[in-house]
Amino acid sequence: MESFAVERSAVPSTEYAIEVTNLRKSFGKVEVLKGLNLQVQRGSLLALLGPNGAGKTTTIRILSTLIRPDSGSVRVFGHDVVHAADAVRRRVSLTGQFASVDDDLTGFENLVLVARLLGFSWRQAKTRATELLNAFGLEEASDRLVKHYSGGMRRRLDIAASIVISPDILFLDEPTAGLDPRSRRYVWDIVRTLLNTGTTVLLTTQYLEEADQLADRIVIIDEGTVIADGTIGELKASVGSGSLHIRLRDPLRRPEAERIVAQSLKTAVTLESDPSALSAQVSDPELVASTLTNLSRAGVIVNDFSLGQPSLDDVFLALTGQPAEDQNTVKEVVQ
Amino acid sequence: MTAMDLQQAAIKPVDEATLRSALSAQGRPRRPHAFSASLTLAWRALLKLRHSPMQLFDVTMFPIMMTLMFTFLFGGAIAGSVGEYVQFLIPGISVMTVAMISMYTAMGLSTDIAKGIFDRFRSLSFWRPAVLVGALLGDAVRYSLAALVVFVLGFILGFRPGGGIIGMMAALAIMLIFAFSLSWIWTMIGLLIRTPESVMMVTSMASFPLTFASNIFVDPQTMPQWLQVVVWINPVSHATTAVRGLMHGTAASGDIVAALIACAALIVIFAPLTMYFYNTKNAR
Repeated sequence: MESFAVERSAVPSTEYAIEVTNLRKSFGKVEVLKGLNLQVQRGSLLALLGPNGAGKTTTIRILSTLIRPDSGSVRVFGHDVVHAADAVRRRVSLTGQFASVDDDLTGFENLVLVARLLGFSWRQAKTRATELLNAFGLEEASDRLVKHYSGGMRRRLDIAASIVISPDILFLDEPTAGLDPRSRRYVWDIVRTLLNTGTTVLLTTQYLEEADQLADRIVIIDEGTVIADGTIGELKASVGSGSLHIRLRDPLRRPEAERIVAQSLKTAVTLESDPSALSAQVSDPELVASTLTNLSRAGVIVNDFSLGQPSLDDVFLALTGQPAEDQNTVKEVVQ
Repeated sequence: MTAMDLQQAAIKPVDEATLRSALSAQGRPRRPHAFSASLTLAWRALLKLRHSPMQLFDVTMFPIMMTLMFTFLFGGAIAGSVGEYVQFLIPGISVMTVAMISMYTAMGLSTDIAKGIFDRFRSLSFWRPAVLVGALLGDAVRYSLAALVVFVLGFILGFRPGGGIIGMMAALAIMLIFAFSLSWIWTMIGLLIRTPESVMMVTSMASFPLTFASNIFVDPQTMPQWLQVVVWINPVSHATTAVRGLMHGTAASGDIVAALIACAALIVIFAPLTMYFYNTKNAR
């Protein structure tokens, strides 16, 4: 890589890469953020979890200066996103929910375009574009129009465009939404490598698994406020070690099974929509064995069972008393 | 290679070392100059034209259609003969053509906003008007092409400009400046209206009075007084007068100055408004 004239700006030094205090934002009459507080440590990955409409995208758009907050303080590396928007823009990069790449250009042209707009010369821009396409495994697709890319390729190109200049903070808005498992893992690998090079990452997701894989810290938001903030371990501890799912051979025996499970686990049992299935939160995994034994003694035949990690749904249930809203019925307010 | 092969080939494990070296490229170049950013975005507009040349179809068909229609339908009635009318119409129809084509800039902008590339642009810290200036510069190629089509067709139909090559070139320059100035109105509409389809509808609705209530087709002397006032206010008329004068070699310097003032007025009014809406889009 050629050397560049490096521009430096005085940056107030803070421990946190992102500090958000009492952030509020409404669109018309809809109050999307109702006093949000958030801190992200330098070099860490924070996952912002929540159902659609919780305010995740709005938060990220405010942090990347695309929209203005109504009130509250939002600082990125000490720079105010409203008064020092340009200073913020120079340090952050955003990969939005809808790929911010140009469908009518090739992958190579897209990266050259972004590099040029960041101030690279034509020659430097082309070198950088080639380098990134290789690093993201897109070299064979570099001369294809992006509209012919698969979802996973498009997402990778999008992330590549976000790191033409390695940003200090990368915002990823649902980076793996709609991707197949392999593409999803690929994106995770990219994010991990980014973290290893010291980039701070803030990502939004609806999947607890994704947060589990990547995040140092998790913030759960619902209806515009933070409802939980902690490490993945802390959050899981708050909902118990997981949940036991049981499927019976005979649906008619379910009331009996419900009673036995409730007694053995000393907790409430959820009856699933499947008439032969039931589940319960488990606080102590030791109790699971005796629960199964008790069922077998009573002659209730268990076809299969699993002791799962708590899901985002379980966390929500524990925190709010209601399941996470149906992902398809609630549309996120973006405009 | 089929699309499926392409996808299979393209997914392979992340090469940590390559990725790391790509990521660790440190140093940040200086913010690009306004001119350089605009040129880059003009390059983008030209690439799109190269990837989908079909876009040039309406640029060429529209002027041909309009010229033939007006010449043969109204030529006799308005000017006594087709040959006579062509001398009057060709300069005007070239102005109308570029005015109509300038609407595509707004369409393009609206599509960008709908798609998300707009967010990418807005989150970078280059000179903001470059997005619009670049698109408009890129469109200059389309304008010139369309104008050329009209010139050639006009020549075939018997258009004999007295201003010669120099007059035609000067006229083309005025047309480009005018189209650039007029585009700011369309881009403003493009920013204010949500979908590309409605942008198209509104801009074409606006373009009819703009082009017909002018001196493109007929001399306004036969119009009622109030309409003459409208025609005089219409910037299209000033551009047409200047272009007609330059092509026939009869332009008074006052005509050219008037056209340039009309262009300047368009920019002074609509460029700041457009930039205002651009900067506050979704930020309100």
